[in-house]
Amino acid sequence: MNWDIDTAAAVLLEAERQRQDRGPLTDEWPELDLGTAYRVQKRLIEKKVEAGEKVVGVKLGLTSRAKQERMGITSPLTAVLTDGYVLEADVPIPLAELIHPRVEPEIVFVMGKRLEGPGVTAATALDAVESVHAGLEIIDSRYVDFKFTLPDVVADNASSARFLVGGKALSPKNLDLALEACVLTANGTVVATATGAAVQGHPAEALALAANALAARGEAIEAGQLVLTGGLTDAVFVHAGDQIGAEFTSLGSVFVTAA
Amino acid sequence: MSAQLGPGERADAARLLLKAYETGVPVPPLTATHPGLTVEDAYDVQLRQVAEWTAAGRKIAGHKVGLTSAAIQRQLGVDSPDYGHLFADMFHLDSQPIPAGEFLSPRIEPEIAFVLRKPLTGPGVTVAHVLDAIAYAIASLEIIDSRIEDWKITLPDTIADNASSGGVVLGATPVPLDGLDLRTCGVVLRRNGRIVQTGAGGAVLGSPVNALVWLANTVGALGVTLEAGSVVLPGALTAAVDVGPGDTVTATFAHLGSVTATFAALSEED
Repeated sequence: MNWDIDTAAAVLLEAERQRQDRGPLTDEWPELDLGTAYRVQKRLIEKKVEAGEKVVGVKLGLTSRAKQERMGITSPLTAVLTDGYVLEADVPIPLAELIHPRVEPEIVFVMGKRLEGPGVTAATALDAVESVHAGLEIIDSRYVDFKFTLPDVVADNASSARFLVGGKALSPKNLDLALEACVLTANGTVVATATGAAVQGHPAEALALAANALAARGEAIEAGQLVLTGGLTDAVFVHAGDQIGAEFTSLGSVFVTAA
Repeated sequence: MSAQLGPGERADAARLLLKAYETGVPVPPLTATHPGLTVEDAYDVQLRQVAEWTAAGRKIAGHKVGLTSAAIQRQLGVDSPDYGHLFADMFHLDSQPIPAGEFLSPRIEPEIAFVLRKPLTGPGVTVAHVLDAIAYAIASLEIIDSRIEDWKITLPDTIADNASSGGVVLGATPVPLDGLDLRTCGVVLRRNGRIVQTGAGGAVLGSPVNALVWLANTVGALGVTLEAGSVVLPGALTAAVDVGPGDTVTATFAHLGSVTATFAALSEED
């Protein structure tokens, strides 16, 4: 195949629609670097918007410093959220529309102010946050067995599939997000625990790094947008009938089932 | 599961472990040198060492519960916790240098420790009894260690080896349980200033309180009472991290403050 940005975006969108996982793009297109991958991601989102979806926010990935060091990067990767990914409360994860979904708990921000780098710090990033919520993200790589390189996953919009946000909204002002804990359960059994410090030391730190990285690509995070700040724990696979829950210290709980 | 080994073999296993403490040289897994070692045998091997230690004048200060997280239970293929004995001389002071040479291959993990104000005698102990018996919760770090080579442990190996106990550091701020949600109580673990683990009380059998219920009922069935004033380490909130000479590890808890274990650097003579 003659690879270019349009072709790569179309192939990934088709894989999503057909629920057909594939080998990494970089196997067939070794020239796919990180910069090109972000242009594929942008094209993929443009196609979703052309089809009627609306952009609602940003998600951050690879937010653990240890993982970043292993991958040779210094800030989280970013992806774009549209309303096509929204899972409404009390609606099961639609397994029939997904390939091999996994769930991870997240701290979610709703932005009160526009955030544009460079020069954003954790403190100024937090000042731009209007409210903090509990969230669950459902990821679903379009690559076989979630096997990919950094450019592959960026092009695939960071494995975005669905997300839901808890109804409780707290101001970040009096929250200690580094110590805000999350208990992840599968069918009632605790499978993992973590605190907000698992995300880049503090979710606002991840937000600041992402805002600065976005600025380098000419983009900003807009007022009113959602930010999924990054998985607090490893993602767990879900199967039909499973109930996954995330219970937080102050942010309340979110539960989802799969059907 | 019942005992498989004869008393002579169990005494021999206990002697091997006692020798490992003495020499600082770990032993091969007991399940390799003493095939057929059951959980019941293993507790007998542990109790034989405890008897030696108390005869030598060491004082029991409490108990620890281990294997309380889903991750570690999966790793060892078990569905139940285990327990070991804590001796007064295993307690180290917050932020005061700990001689790293005391241990063979130490690891450290953060725990929400309990101190009892009333004795607990199982069986028949419920969450209500436990909550009534706890004087306070306190931030703690447990140093785990293995007298078995390279931590190559199965369930009977770690039980025989006093549940891989090594040492304890308690914080300094007692916190009453009233109104505390221990399940979603978070902790951040730093080694030499860098975040190495995060977790919450829910990692411990859903709540550290549940681990104390299990302990009271399990030792109660053997005729043992958890005494007033004793310390219980109910289980780790995160995976354990390796520590060595010169390392400083701090656990910062929501509601409970922080606790630091600092390991003395090796001196030149070492």
